Amino acid sequence: MHNVALQWIDYAIIALYTAFVVGIGFALKRYMKTSSDYLTSGRSIPTWVTGLAFISANLGALELVGMAASGAKYGIVTAHFYWVGAIPAMVFLAVFMMPFYYGSKARSVPEYLKMRFDERVRALNSISFAVMTIFASGISMNALAKLLHQLLGWNYGFSLWICSGIVLLYVLKGGLTSAIYTEVLQFFMIVLGFAPVVYLGLKDIGGWDALTNALHTVAANPAALALKPEGTHYAANAWTSAWQPLLGGPSNNPLGVDWFAMVFGLGFVLSFGYWCTNFLVVQRAMAARNMGAARRTPLIAAIPKMLFPALVILPGMLAVGLAVLPGKSYHLPSPPVHEARMGAALTALNAVPASSEAVIKAVGLKMDAAKVAALIAENTAHKLDDAVLRTRVQDAVAENDYDGVILSLVKRYCPPGLFGLALTALLASFMSGMAGNVTAFNTVWTYDLYQAYLAPNKSDEHYAWMGRFITVVGILLSIAAAYFASMWTNAMDIIQLVFGFVNAPLFATFLLGMFWARCTGTGAFIGLILGTGTSMLFHAVTLSAGNVPGIKGGYLAQLGIFPTDMAQNYWLAATAFTVCLLATAGISLATRQTKTVEELKGLVYSLTPRLKDNEQNFFLRPAVFGTILLIACVILNIIFW
Amino acid sequence: MGLDIRWPIGLMFSIVGLLLAGYGLFTGGEIYKCSLGININLIWGGVLLVFGAIMLTLAKIGSGKAPEGKE
Repeated sequence: MHNVALQWIDYAIIALYTAFVVGIGFALKRYMKTSSDYLTSGRSIPTWVTGLAFISANLGALELVGMAASGAKYGIVTAHFYWVGAIPAMVFLAVFMMPFYYGSKARSVPEYLKMRFDERVRALNSISFAVMTIFASGISMNALAKLLHQLLGWNYGFSLWICSGIVLLYVLKGGLTSAIYTEVLQFFMIVLGFAPVVYLGLKDIGGWDALTNALHTVAANPAALALKPEGTHYAANAWTSAWQPLLGGPSNNPLGVDWFAMVFGLGFVLSFGYWCTNFLVVQRAMAARNMGAARRTPLIAAIPKMLFPALVILPGMLAVGLAVLPGKSYHLPSPPVHEARMGAALTALNAVPASSEAVIKAVGLKMDAAKVAALIAENTAHKLDDAVLRTRVQDAVAENDYDGVILSLVKRYCPPGLFGLALTALLASFMSGMAGNVTAFNTVWTYDLYQAYLAPNKSDEHYAWMGRFITVVGILLSIAAAYFASMWTNAMDIIQLVFGFVNAPLFATFLLGMFWARCTGTGAFIGLILGTGTSMLFHAVTLSAGNVPGIKGGYLAQLGIFPTDMAQNYWLAATAFTVCLLATAGISLATRQTKTVEELKGLVYSLTPRLKDNEQNFFLRPAVFGTILLIACVILNIIFW
Repeated sequence: MGLDIRWPIGLMFSIVGLLLAGYGLFTGGEIYKCSLGININLIWGGVLLVFGAIMLTLAKIGSGKAPEGKE
């Protein structure tokens, strides 16, 4: 991959954005008086701001990159991550769960768990959450530094420290408010930075109908683009219908799942587990200025969320559509050949006599044998330049780098200027990925670990100081995590795997805790541990097709083989959730409830007086607003049926 | 919080819009081959400028009103 040379206009846009986020941090500094101002925004932010921040905290760069990748791999079915996997859970959070989070006066999700259950559950949740936020932040920064290195040729370490430094500057000054404000800025940046790219892509391919036709060709023989193994054929609508391919069963859609795994695994367990319990997003709603605003936060966020597939999934679909049309001279990006391997490949090419096998072995990726053979013939007849050889070797790689799809479109369509805008949008989302995680981390550390166990009964000034101090530590730990993730390619897979293990059963604990007064602390604690254990065990004994036992699972036994990673993942989550639910319920019935009815008031549904929404404008009542959103979501599903 | 976020958003997008549109005004030809021959900088710079101006107007209107209090 050769580097893009930025023009002054591109630098100017990046510099302007940086100046504004740092400026916002400094402007907010004078409002940061107590620890609560710094760590929880003093519960004072307008709803539209918390709503956009709520969605923006989730729309990290990895999501942008990953959704375009999935759009290319699986087509419009990817939209279920939004329509099935987000909207219902966001409505549920607003209508049923937010009253407890906000009403309990808890400052964090772990603190709610302490009020509802006991210290053990809180400790378990806050420690695992703190570790996860650091790694998530590190992964985000690693991806950013790698992108700057590959795209612009900037030094990895330099990019990592500079970008982390900028995040540190604004988060240290303005705390959570700074993070939330810049998330709103980032939201508009992403929408306005990517919309023209999508527009140009659609125009290039010739509109929606032309895209659909191209995708029908893709579905007939996905092997032509190395999307699926040779001999795979799907019905014409596999990339363009959201539900019909799912109803045909796992072997009839590129995602390899059936509708039940989709609805229960993704739509219920994973989605509710993420949106309703993850403090990173819930924290945004908890910063709202009153209960009504807190409950409307996820609902406001749901509106853009519903429409995002057009911005983040469509580019992936456009990419495969363009790739299948020969006239467009577009190729799906291939993973860059590592420098050391490229050197070995050149040596193999120049050896006398050169063999295709040796070259392919040196590169270590799947190669187009015909292209390699042609290259060898040409090079033997007439020695080619090293630079030419490099380009040709890279060109002969027959694997797809799906994560590079979005960037390849930006590079294809953006002239200088617009390129700077799109690049800034990407930078912004990587950096706010770090800011969001660090601000969630510093709150949980200060209130749920430091104040709870290490140094209780100190002055608020002390905690405010600790909040700032731990922000610096959090950023340094994130940088360490980024280096860790950059050292092995497997590191990211391992980290994400562990996230999955911890998150899968979590929603069962919250569901029982909020809606069943009899649920006990012991039940919740042991249930959660058993649930996490189940996900590990499930992973150890199942595998997805085409993978070797190891990081992808199946290292103890192979009791079940799933068609794709995604299917394995959904069933893992569904199983862990069910075990956690049953174990928590069973143990609760066998143990004594240590909390009194009085203590549980405001924390459990049946013991809390109903909120009166009557004085609010009819359409702004959470239940009404939520219902309208769900109807809109159903309509979208029908349109793209 | 005392700072109305619409000010910085409005200001930033207005400046970026002006820059982009200005750049588009003085460039042409070859560099727009990739964007299908459309001077996308000029058009999109204009869009950003309009967006920025709307944000600034909303902030101006909002600054006249007292912020809504806690329930």
